[in-house]
Amino acid sequence: MSRIRLLAAVAVTLILGLAAFASPTLAEVRIDITNGQMRPLPIAIPDFAGSSGQETQVGRDIARVVSADLERSGLFKPIDPRAFIQTPASLQIQPRFPDWKAINAEALVQGKAEIGPDGRIRVEFRLWDVMSEAYMTGWTLSSSPADWRRLSHKVADAIYKRVTGEDGYFDTQIVYVAESGPKNDRKKRLAIMDQDGENHRFLTEGGELVLTPRFSPSAREITYLSYFRGVPRVYIFNLDTGRREALGNFPGMTFAPRFSPDGNKVIFSMAEDGNTEIYEMNLMTRSKVRLTNNPAIDTAPSYAPDGSQIVFESDRGGGQQLYVMGVGGGGANRISFGDGRYATPVWSPRGDLIAFTKQKGGRFFIGVMRPDGSGERLLAEGFLVEGPTWAPNGRVLAFWRDSPSDERGRGQSVRLYTIDLTGVNERVMITPVDGSDPAWSPLIP
Amino acid sequence: MKLRFLSIVAAAALVAACESAPENTGAASGGGVSAPPPARTAPAGLVKGSKEDFIANVGDRVFFDLDKSSVRGDAKATLDKQAAWLKSYPNYSFTIEGHADERGTREYNLALGERRANSVREYLIANGVAASRIKVVSYGKERPVALGSNEAAWSQNRRGVTVLN
Repeated sequence: MSRIRLLAAVAVTLILGLAAFASPTLAEVRIDITNGQMRPLPIAIPDFAGSSGQETQVGRDIARVVSADLERSGLFKPIDPRAFIQTPASLQIQPRFPDWKAINAEALVQGKAEIGPDGRIRVEFRLWDVMSEAYMTGWTLSSSPADWRRLSHKVADAIYKRVTGEDGYFDTQIVYVAESGPKNDRKKRLAIMDQDGENHRFLTEGGELVLTPRFSPSAREITYLSYFRGVPRVYIFNLDTGRREALGNFPGMTFAPRFSPDGNKVIFSMAEDGNTEIYEMNLMTRSKVRLTNNPAIDTAPSYAPDGSQIVFESDRGGGQQLYVMGVGGGGANRISFGDGRYATPVWSPRGDLIAFTKQKGGRFFIGVMRPDGSGERLLAEGFLVEGPTWAPNGRVLAFWRDSPSDERGRGQSVRLYTIDLTGVNERVMITPVDGSDPAWSPLIP
Repeated sequence: MKLRFLSIVAAAALVAACESAPENTGAASGGGVSAPPPARTAPAGLVKGSKEDFIANVGDRVFFDLDKSSVRGDAKATLDKQAAWLKSYPNYSFTIEGHADERGTREYNLALGERRANSVREYLIANGVAASRIKVVSYGKERPVALGSNEAAWSQNRRGVTVLN
């Protein structure tokens, strides 16, 4: 981590140094995130201006959240506000671009926060290209005071999209399994939080073991495995009502659930009489279809974003490998052929890649490959790294790391991380207790 | 050599920590990597036919090789005794728990644990125990008994446990 951070800092320093000598370019501010670019874009994000004490405070908080979002992406380098020359009040009248060029800002955010008589927050922002002194994007949105963080994330998403050409992923949530207690008596609770760790809350009390939560496409429901009353079954948790409902009564253990891209179906595994197969349940009709028929372990299914195919893992060829089959089941093609074992495949929301967990030589890896199995790249490695989940723009993955423990269980640490597809920008996610099994929501509707 | 030493330490720790330590299953013909659990004598005053009797004098668990779910040779002796005891005390229903070590992915290990529990179930049924008395549940890698991140611990955690209701 610290080495990567240092490298990034060196790269920034080099580029900033070069920029000081280079003549100003009129080319538009743009980040090509497909190139594994090391240079984050220097961006100035002054406090959003307000005309009362309360508005000023809100404006400061919004700028802080926007700045943190963009910084965490690894693609932006927010400039220390103490370097700013132009004041927020003056900025509201007109950006004075030489002041921003002087501190090497390449992009500038001009924002305003207002609180209406009804208490609603109204946020206005504009993104400026400092070099060409050109307006890039902006909008005005309002929300209830409780949703000020969402407004801030939407500002960050708009900036990210305008500069990179890709959708943002900041107005999203993470559901995960919060872990506490000793290794042989681990308490596990479902918990949900904003992608930056804020608005954290527990969804279950820890009375029963829960595992592998995953969002519905609407982000209002979560399907997961619960050992409620000692019976491991797939459940659906409704975030609006708090209601938990078993997917159905099955003769065997049901697990490894995921929603279909249209939200109308759940795909899952059922283990019965020593054999694990993949099933799909239609949530409208509650009818169940078996998609695999093989004495092997067939599990961890994930739909392609267009709903036409399913990737899953199976040990039908010996060890765990990845297979792709049509959405109706039947014949499956193996796609993973590298050394080692491949597990937990997850299709990217963009459709272009499949993320997986790999085991090789006593180590675990998080990697990606194309849906035909080509182009394998390993992004993260450790004693145990597992369970990748995609940010909705398909450019960032979350996963978890577990560390080894001694005979008394000491030393174990289970934490959530994010990493981008370049494999360079790995960050720990801040959670109040240990965490595993993250699932990234779609952009919140 | 180091591995063997760790095994002994882990086995000793297990016995120290856990009153329900398994009885020595005797001949380790399965060639498993784990150290055989040490023999222990039943505490005085155990009621024959009690759950404690089952754990102390029969042994409630068997162990599996890495990524395998077939019943090992050394496990058969334990399961033979389990089947005899369970037939002697037909009022018990019971649950077979299947477990895996921490060196696999979560969902695969759930399936593997189910496979292991089912292997024990089938062995007991083949030895005359009524299927209607048996439930299985898999905990995957969620319920380790040995806490170390080493082969000695992992070999203790790859287990099937017969839990009387």
